[in-house]
Amino acid sequence: MNIVLIFLITIFSVSLFFYGKSKTKTISIKDDIKLNALPKFYGYYLVLWCSIPALVFLLVWSLFEPVIIKSIIIETAANQGAIFSDKNEANLIYEKIKAIHLGTFFGDIDSILKESALAYAKFINLFTNSKVVLIFGIIIVSVIYSLKKIKNNNKARDDVEVILKGLLFVSSLIAILTTLGIIFSLLFESIKFFSVINIFDYLFGTNWSPQRAFVRDASSITAAEFEELKDAFGFIPLIAGTSFIAFIAMLVAVPIGLFSGIYMAEYASIKVRRISKPIIEILAGIPTVVYGFFAALTVGPFFRQVGENLGLTVSSESALAAGLIMGIMIIPYVSSLSDDVINSVPQSLRDGSYAVGATKSETIKQVVIPAALPGIIGSVLLAVSRAIGETMIVVMAAGLAANLTINPLESTTTITTQIVMILVGDQEFDSPKTQSAFALGLTLFIATLILNYIAQRAVKKYREKYD
Amino acid sequence: MTKEERLKKRHRAEKRFRFYGLTSIFVALLFVVILVQNIFSKGSSAFKKTVITTEVFFDQELLEIQNGAPQEEIMEADFYDVMIENLIKAYPAKDRDEEDELLKLFSGDAEIEIKKAFLNDNNLIGKTITLDLTASDDIDQLHKGNYPRDLPEERRRISDFQLVIYDYFVENKKISKNFNNYFFNNGDSRDPELAGIGGALVGSFYSILICLLLAFPVAVLASIYLEEFAPKNKITDFIEININNLAAVPSIVYGLLALQILLATIQLPRSTPLVAGITLALMTLPRIIIPCRASLKAVPPSIREGALAVGASKFQSVFHHVVPLALPGTLSGTIIGLAQALGETAPLILIGMVAFVVDIPSSPVDPSSSLPVQVYLWSESAERGFVEKTSATIMMLLSFLIVMNFIAVYLRQKFEKRWN
Repeated sequence: MNIVLIFLITIFSVSLFFYGKSKTKTISIKDDIKLNALPKFYGYYLVLWCSIPALVFLLVWSLFEPVIIKSIIIETAANQGAIFSDKNEANLIYEKIKAIHLGTFFGDIDSILKESALAYAKFINLFTNSKVVLIFGIIIVSVIYSLKKIKNNNKARDDVEVILKGLLFVSSLIAILTTLGIIFSLLFESIKFFSVINIFDYLFGTNWSPQRAFVRDASSITAAEFEELKDAFGFIPLIAGTSFIAFIAMLVAVPIGLFSGIYMAEYASIKVRRISKPIIEILAGIPTVVYGFFAALTVGPFFRQVGENLGLTVSSESALAAGLIMGIMIIPYVSSLSDDVINSVPQSLRDGSYAVGATKSETIKQVVIPAALPGIIGSVLLAVSRAIGETMIVVMAAGLAANLTINPLESTTTITTQIVMILVGDQEFDSPKTQSAFALGLTLFIATLILNYIAQRAVKKYREKYD
Repeated sequence: MTKEERLKKRHRAEKRFRFYGLTSIFVALLFVVILVQNIFSKGSSAFKKTVITTEVFFDQELLEIQNGAPQEEIMEADFYDVMIENLIKAYPAKDRDEEDELLKLFSGDAEIEIKKAFLNDNNLIGKTITLDLTASDDIDQLHKGNYPRDLPEERRRISDFQLVIYDYFVENKKISKNFNNYFFNNGDSRDPELAGIGGALVGSFYSILICLLLAFPVAVLASIYLEEFAPKNKITDFIEININNLAAVPSIVYGLLALQILLATIQLPRSTPLVAGITLALMTLPRIIIPCRASLKAVPPSIREGALAVGASKFQSVFHHVVPLALPGTLSGTIIGLAQALGETAPLILIGMVAFVVDIPSSPVDPSSSLPVQVYLWSESAERGFVEKTSATIMMLLSFLIVMNFIAVYLRQKFEKRWN
């Protein structure tokens, strides 16, 4: 139906374009009027008026129609005596009703369901009809309005440009809408979570075992259950594991990345630089799931084997393996950014240092790096924020159980791993377990936001200093 | 310490420092080589599959159809007995147990393969043909040398007797390696020898197509606005900061967004390329806007001023002159953004693309998998055969990424104008 409507709108628009163009042309020739714009702009003007309101309406309608129909149907089913205790059962019944309507349901159909399916068919019909009528109404009104406008020989080009500029502005607003969407979707579930679990129990608890809250409705938790849940959602082991793995990753990435950045900026010939820089950047382009596979199947077992030979017990999901591979992934973030930063240190500083007899490495260590330090710190912070938000490597190579440990040979878990583990497969939407994933997501979002903000400030400040 | 000694020491420090730099570049390059080599050595064997050459006799009594039977009749006919009858002749087995072990060496699709042969030529009743039937995963891995046969029997998936049969096959040249068409055509399967990336390829294609259709126009329009039209005020600054921050938000957060808004609120169908495409588009948008703006910024003001001077409006100067000149940079930025989206896994896992989907999706609203998610799914499987399948999937994924990046670099180098 929607496709037919879009097709019709397109045909109308195209024909209106030619109509507007030729109409204004003939008028101007016949009455010898000087047009305020090229004839084609009158065509564009009509097209925009014909299509935009109708398409926007269609989009909004299509977004809300299923939701509204669903709530109506569930209500009518409830009025007719259908019994469901929670949202999931209601969803199930709704799906059944839909399947009956489509003729794809093969099971017992009782009278309530049958009635509801009829009601569903009625509402679908009603909604579709009113949609078509309303869209044609909108098209007619807007086309009449725009035809009147072009008859008066308006400044069609200016008007078209105003509309297009509005379109450009709306496109740039999508970024803001995305941010708002993220904040609302995270906050919405997190608030529900924190209404069950005290925020301090969450932030300072040292025990993370969300499986205790599996399939438990948040609205009907008894006092005993509440006591049990109270210390099931402790954030400390997760942040400890996350920072620990990120720390190992930085131990790998910072020295290698920094030194290769320095070498590339200060020593390497143009030829070496042109070859090695893109190859190192390949490391950033490889999908993280590939690193995860490599860490889980090659590096983890390898460390375990080496550990066995040395008489150590190494978990095959050790923090060391995950951290090492994550560090490799992050090398190019550190090296490229520090390369850029070092390149923008003014040559005069180096020349001054050479003039008093310093060697190249002394110049780098005592002049260039101190001058570039804010930028380098910024790039390291950006790398840290990548590391704590990285998901696939840790999901595949780090452990699932939340251990509070600082032994890199043991397994530990991270925030992102837990989010994936909680949300993969079937979810109970109202259980504190599911909501906790959103609380974790919110925490992660805020943490990376702060890190990025500081990093970007540092890099920007530094750039301004030497520009 | 004399002057000379001190100088020597400083020069040694200089050399050391240089050595550190060179070593770290070398280490980084080494990692690339190890990773690629590791994946390729594991995965390249997956493009071939082991087949057992078997004589198949189409017995009229067992099939109960005539020569020249129409297609529907063949589809409904039972080829199971014919399959059993012929497969047990592949090796002179002594009793039922031995026959069972023999049958386990063939894939679960042997019946379908025989049926397909008959569908191709429906005059085979009463005739004998030789067919290359796909071998089971265990024999496949053994034949490719991925599977140690010197383990004690109870730690092997293949019994001693099956090894005897295998050696008999090898001796009589009945076992060989063919091109693995299943790997490209089939959807997912629990049997490694039948599992393929067909479904994941189509799923990824739809997701990336939707991502392109949504993200590219919006990103271009938004960057044109921000770069050319936006007044310098608080709102514009806010949008800018927002875009920079969004580009750095961890991808899993977009998964949570999609779960809450697209699945729970708008109720789009789970596990579908449609939802995946929208999620990836939201994620890629800021990552495309940043290079788009850079390439618009690189067009010198003289171009705009020239257009304005001959009477073009602001819009005409931008759309007739600036945008076409910035297009190569814009396109290459978009392709690189899409390449990142193609390899993205975490948000897709959250929107349920980890479901086990056997069918190849025929539209963007069918449940489906995608290439990186398939890598994740198979890497969790225990069977030996999935390791090579996973590596081969990674090889496919990496080759797509390499092609996309090359196109991006080519576009930039070939068409981008240098202004100085």
